Order: sequence, then C-alpha cells, then structure tokens
Amino acid sequence: MSLITTLARMEAVRDGRAQPLTTVRHRHLAERPLVFVPLTTAGEAGAPLGALVGTDRERPRLLVVPQPRDRDLRSAFLAELAEEMLPYVEGFAGDVTLEERKETDPETGKKVTVQVELCAGAPQLLVPSAAGVSYVRLLGRSMRFRRTAEQDPDTPHPAPPRVPLLGRWLTHFGERARVPGSSLLLPMTELLGRHWATGQSNLEDQHLGALLAWIDPPEGLTGAEAALRAELARDAAGQLLHPPAGPATDPAFDNKLLAPAVTRHDAGLPGAAEELRALLETQLRPTWEAVWRGVDLLRALPEGERAGERWKRDRWSYTAHRDRVRAGEPPQPRRDDAVTAARKLAARETAQAQLEAQEALDDPLVMAGRRLAGEAFAGEVTEVVMEYTEAKVPRPRPLVTVRTDDGPYLAEGAKVHRVLPDGKAQPAEFVGPVPGDPGALTVRLTGGMGRGKVPEPGSVPEKGDRVCWTLFEHAPRGGPELPDPERTPWTHGGPPGEPAAELPDPVTAEDLL
Amino acid sequence: MTRSPDSRPTARPATPAPATLRQRLAELRGPGSAQRPLDARALAALAANPGCRRRVLLDGAGVDKSALARALGAPAAFGQSQFAITRGHSFEARAKADGGTELVRLLHEQLRDGAPAPAPGSVDVPDLTAGGPEGRTARTALALREASAAGRWALLDHPLLALPVAGAPAFLEPDAVVVHPDGTWTVVEIKSFPVIDGAADPGKVGAAARQAAVYVLALEELAARTGDGDPARVRHEILLVCPKDFANVPAAGLVDVRKPRATTRRQLARLARVEDIAAELPAGTTFDLCLADDGRTAGRPAEELAAAVEAVGAAYAPECLAACELAFHCRARARAEGAVAALGRGLRGELGGLTTVESVLAAALDRAPAGEEAGVPDPTVVALRRAAALRAEALDPPLTGIEAACR
Ligand code: SF4
Repeated sequence: MSLITTLARMEAVRDGRAQPLTTVRHRHLAERPLVFVPLTTAGEAGAPLGALVGTDRERPRLLVVPQPRDRDLRSAFLAELAEEMLPYVEGFAGDVTLEERKETDPETGKKVTVQVELCAGAPQLLVPSAAGVSYVRLLGRSMRFRRTAEQDPDTPHPAPPRVPLLGRWLTHFGERARVPGSSLLLPMTELLGRHWATGQSNLEDQHLGALLAWIDPPEGLTGAEAALRAELARDAAGQLLHPPAGPATDPAFDNKLLAPAVTRHDAGLPGAAEELRALLETQLRPTWEAVWRGVDLLRALPEGERAGERWKRDRWSYTAHRDRVRAGEPPQPRRDDAVTAARKLAARETAQAQLEAQEALDDPLVMAGRRLAGEAFAGEVTEVVMEYTEAKVPRPRPLVTVRTDDGPYLAEGAKVHRVLPDGKAQPAEFVGPVPGDPGALTVRLTGGMGRGKVPEPGSVPEKGDRVCWTLFEHAPRGGPELPDPERTPWTHGGPPGEPAAELPDPVTAEDLL
Repeated sequence: MTRSPDSRPTARPATPAPATLRQRLAELRGPGSAQRPLDARALAALAANPGCRRRVLLDGAGVDKSALARALGAPAAFGQSQFAITRGHSFEARAKADGGTELVRLLHEQLRDGAPAPAPGSVDVPDLTAGGPEGRTARTALALREASAAGRWALLDHPLLALPVAGAPAFLEPDAVVVHPDGTWTVVEIKSFPVIDGAADPGKVGAAARQAAVYVLALEELAARTGDGDPARVRHEILLVCPKDFANVPAAGLVDVRKPRATTRRQLARLARVEDIAAELPAGTTFDLCLADDGRTAGRPAEELAAAVEAVGAAYAPECLAACELAFHCRARARAEGAVAALGRGLRGELGGLTTVESVLAAALDRAPAGEEAGVPDPTVVALRRAAALRAEALDPPLTGIEAACR
C-alpha cells in the first residue's frame, strides 16, 4: 500500500467515512450492465443454489435450485440462466463499426491494411466480489464441455440447448477479467476499493456490505459502526441481517433455514418450492441492492479520459470471441498450450503497465502516488534555454529547468515523458540537477516538437508553466513478439497439432454436473 | 476434515505438565471446565501469529475461546454448513473405501518409484481404538512401530499424535498416515475443495500444507522418541487428496511441506512458554466464565472477563479474523486504541515508531510536538508529510479532509 493510500485510510478512520483514492472513475461503466449475484452450495464445486440476474434493477430474475444435488434441477437452472444472459451477451454482436488494422497477408507475407468489424458496444457483467468472478469462471468451465442432445444424441444427461454456449461466454468473461484494467466482468468490491479508502483493512473490504457502509454510511452512523452492523448484526433467530455477498452462504442460514426447507422440498410437501424461493431471495436481494448502490456511487465519478481506450480493447475482445463462436470453433481448451499461455501472460503484463500509466495520467491523485514513489516529478518551469543539434538541418533540443519538491529517482540520461496539449507524449532526457539550486532539475527535450528547426507552438513549455514529467512510458508496449502457435519450438511443447476435441467431463452416478 | 477429539472432555495431557502448572492452567479455565486440546488448525493459526501471547496462553491453557468470545459479547463467526460437513464426510469415506487400497494406490501412483503396485487386500488397517487421548496416542505409536517393521503397506485411519507446544500438550488427528513397505511414513490430508483441470485454489492448498506440516512435525517427534529414533522415516511430501473436477472421484497429489514445516517449527519454537506467561499474570486472574446450568450462559460480567483478557498482551492483525475465535473482541480493542495494525499487518513496518492512527495523522499534518522535531528528522515523518502534501495538492479543489483539518 502506498503511503498516500495508508494516509487516506487513516483519514477515513478519523472522519468515520471512506476517503477518495482517485479523482475520476478508472473503469468504464456500461449504460446497461448485467448484474449477476450467484449463490452456491457449501462443499460442492459448481453446484449452484440460486441467483439473481438481470439488467433491470427493479425486476431481477430469481433462479433457484431447490435440491442442489439433483442433476435435472441444476440443468434447469443453467438453462434459465442461459435464457436470461445470452440474449444480453449476444445483443451487442450486431451493431458494428469498421476499423482499420494491419495484418500479414498470408500469401505475400506483406503487411496490409484491412477493414475489420468492431462491435460498437459490449456486454458488461457485474458481480458482488472477487469470489463471484471465480464462480463465473467455474460455471463457465462446468458448462462449456457439456453436450446437447443435438450435438450428441447418445450423450447421457444432455445439456439444455444453449448451456454449452453460455459456458463458453462465461469462460471468456472469466479469462478477460484476468487482464488488468479490463471491464467486461467486474467485481463490485474491487471497483469500489479502487476508488475509495475505508477505515478498515483490505481483507475486510472484501465484504461488500461493510465496504459500502464505509463509503456511504446511513444517517447517524459512522462508517465503522455501519460496517460492524453489516458484518455481524443478527436477528433474534441468529440470522445475519446483511447476508454475505456470496457465492458462499452463511452457515447459520444453511443449517437453520435452508437444510430444513430442502428436506421439506424433498418430502414433496406442498408450498416447499415457493418457500425455498422466498428463502433464497432473502439472501440474494440485499446483495443485489448493494451492487446497484455501488453502481450509483461509481457513476457519480466522472470517467477517466483513458478508460474509454481500455473499454475499446474490451470491445475488441468481445468481437473476437463473437467471431470464434460464429466460425464454429470448439470451446476453449481445458489448459492453454505453451505459446497461448505465454502470450496471455505477456498481454497481462503489458496491460498492467498501461493501466498504471493511464491511471496516473488521468488522475492527479494517482500521479501523486507515483511522484511520492520517485517515478514522476512535477513543478514550475524556471528557465528554458534553446539549443540545437549539430546536424546539417539543426533540430531544436531545448533545455528546460523545473523547480520541484519531488525526489525522482533519476540518473543522467534517463528518459522522461510528459503529455503535450494534443495528448501525445513528449520525450526528454534528464540532464541533471542545477548545481547550488536544490530542487531545480534540468531536462533536454528530444522530440515532439515537429519537423522543423523552429519547434511547433505549444511544444516547448515556457517559464512559469506547470509541467509533470514521468519516468515511465505513457503507452508501454509488450516485450518481444512470441511465435505463432504453429511455430512453437519443441522445447516448449512444439506446435499444438490438431486441436484434439475436448471430451465432456465423464459422468458417474454420484457426480455433480 | 480434522476431527478434534474434544468429544472426550476428560482429556489430560499426554506429557504430564508439572502439577503446579497444571493446577494454574486449571484455575485459568475455571473449575469444572474441561481442557480443550489444541488441534492442527489451531496450531497452524498459532504459528501464523506467534507474537500473540494472549492466544498462546488461552490455547495452552485449553480455554474454550469460542465460549469466551461469546461471553465477551463478540462471538466468532466460525461455523460450518451441514452441507459442507456431509459432503466432506462422504468424500473422505469414498477416498478411504476398499480397506485403504484405493488410497494406497493413489499414493503409489504419485510416487512413480517403480515399486510394485499394492495388490488388493495387501494393505493392513490396524485397529486404533483406545480409551482417551493418551490411550489413543499410545495405540498409534505402537501401531506405527509394528507396521514399520512389517514390510507391508499399512493405512492408519485417524491416528492420534501428541506434540508439546509452548509447554502444553496438543493432540493432532491427521486424516490418515500411510506406512510404506520400506518403513517410511506419509501423512494423508483429505480435503473437499476440488482440483479442476489439474489445478486447485493455491490458498487452500497452502493452508492444507501448513496443517499437514504440523502432522509431519508430530510424527518426526514420535519417530525420534520411539523405535530406531529416525525422524527421516517421515516423508516430507504429503499426499493431498481432493475431488477431481466436478466429480466425487478422488484425485491425489504430493505436496512438499518442507517449507511450511520449517516455518511452523521455527514459529512454534518462538512461542513464549505458557508457564512464563501465566506467571506474569496478576494473581487471581481467571478466564472462568462461571457458566450457568444451561452450559452456555456466562455468569461473569463481560467487563470482568475483558479485564482478564486484557491482562495478557495481544498482537491483533486483520488475519486474525480468519484464524482466531477472539478476533472480533481483539479487533474492537485494537480499533478503540487506534492501532495502525488494525488496518493491515504490514503497516507497522511502514510507519516505524508510529503505532496509532492519531500519531500518524498528527505527524503527517505537522502537529507533532515540536520537541520531536529537533535533531535528525525521522524519515518516516518526512515521508508522511510529503505524502500528505501531495495528497492535499491533488485533491485541491475540492477541499480535502487533510486541508479541512489544517484550517
Ligand atoms: S484475535 Fe486476539 S487473541 Fe487471537 S490471535 Fe489475534 S490478537 Fe491474538
């Protein structure tokens, strides 16, 4: 935790409410997100208990599995889930814009510009917490290899028609969520935690109710008091007033309310199914409301300038998966081959560096953290001296001196960058501190001034301007390119060969899913 | 799936503590309260926060911390869903089916050492039933010695091991221990979290490894004390058995526990001795709840109990929430004191000598007593002021908390 974040947490303790960690919102929020609040059965992998799902805050769809060990009931749940989610997910596939992209022509091997489709929008799934993201991944894994009766008439326990497709989409959402800064699938706790510092620890921030209590405490309560209530308050019967955000349920709920209700359902008592639905709704509804409250709070923040750029990459990701599904490609394999795995890892690292740079550039408060860490410095320009290269056509290489209170970790010749008024990055080189003048640092501009001898207007700061130089690149690129999967060296497993059709999970009498 | 043997409330230490200490610990618990033996989970938790003398004392004395927390008005939120318990038991039964052959086969398959596979019916399953924890640990020790000499595979189902910790005994019950034909031993942990496509939740695997490391330590202790006295017969790879994918079929993997074993051993050695902590308590200190006849309602006022608990120092960190029954009580105290550690364990190191929220904010906002300013500036304070200034600058406008406080 940076010292600035630590301080913010302490201010939160002092003031009894959360403090801002950012001045803008660093994630794109869709106009019409799909909220998904799942519950799972304790002790079973991938045996859902119920869910609230939908895009309409007032009218979520309640899905319930009255007996989680019953395969048919689970299948029915997944079929309903597909019915609710797929139209939303597929709803963005049709509206496209055309984008130009460089591709290697397979025949000539030359780079050519081609026009490709990019979906104008993309679906956005919001879940309560990081555990919800893992659950989406798990559901995706449990569904994507299943076979429908149409695909395989002999399959035992065929999956309902659209279930494997939903599995592929949820797998895609789950994979995308591993990319830093992506927004196709977001956990509300992380979203809020990125933007506010509470007066409790990171661990406690994983509780959505407690986190919201700090950010927006009810009248008359401090954040600490409200959070304590959200965590622990129970009614006379010992049930939590604020049920956990799932997918795990509270053991007291399982033992005292759920288990007897499931037993009544198993015994075929009239009204037992309705009772179970009502019971699960009591556990789901508060979390549903909490996620939407989080949406409200986040919407009140202006979106960071570069968040849209990252959302565009999410749209690319969505479009690419749409294309794979359309092309009839098989579901994502159980395990990635060596090159795909390395490629994903490299992409995530690049995305992380880009995210860190973009957030800092979009937000003075984030930049403050980088300045404190010695990775950037800001100050007023005290002197500009024009100098030129000694080339035939001399190019401007002005020396700019800045007075700053920051202590950047700079060595002579180090590259630094700043944002020009047109949004482009300008490179410079650190020359050194001004002798006898502590806090004065000189850099030499090395680009971004146009082609002529005279720098373009606005490209060289003037005395009295405030400037901010970063030691990190503004648009960091990834490392060396990785070979195509077909050219994987044998040391890394060799080319993947014919994609072996992944078999569905075997089914045994006592199996789940 | 650790079953703690606390269904036997008359448990007495395996290594008898000196009469005076035993008496003192009994006083701390209060007359009539049975000693709660430590189990592996509690030990792993102890080792995770070795600086907490409060926990060492309460655990060492065998105080029922759940009941204590309830009486303090800060009950722990631990509990297990009956669905999880049922599932856990059914999976463990499944993994141990066929008289242990299945489990030994899984182990043999993982070893890949070229030894012949166990034939059906070739696995001994000695009877370990005996009265009381002492009887059971003795029975386990005997069975281990016999099985090690037999040159055959043997499965010890729920053996009971004793390990002295901080001068008090702990009883540990691994899911199983397998004795190899060469006389070496492997600890088996059976967990109900799934292994999906060959990968399991690393956090859960780590917790299982830490727990198993405690069993390995106890077995090494036992091996050193008995037989040929060779702790090397305890293998440092344990067998972790989990459900495979979405099925109830067991999948197994070997987990090297040398690292958690070394950590746990070091941490346990670091624990202050229960005896010493008890000796420092004010005379008459007791955690006796004075339970009413219902066995639940505490007769002692919460303030009195809280004072007793306060008499021994704690080291609260948010990690306690997942590991210790007293966490909500200790958290409330830490928050009331404004302890920075309540915000995260790492903060203490980051903030040097500043241990309270108030002192950190005072230092950051330049309201520290001038006396401290003299001499060499404290680097922590310098960094804090810089952080506060940068934060204020970025948040201006609007008016920030820090600035508002400055005016
Ligand atoms: S909760 Fe309290 S007693 Fe338990 S380990 Fe933490 S500080 Fe020690």
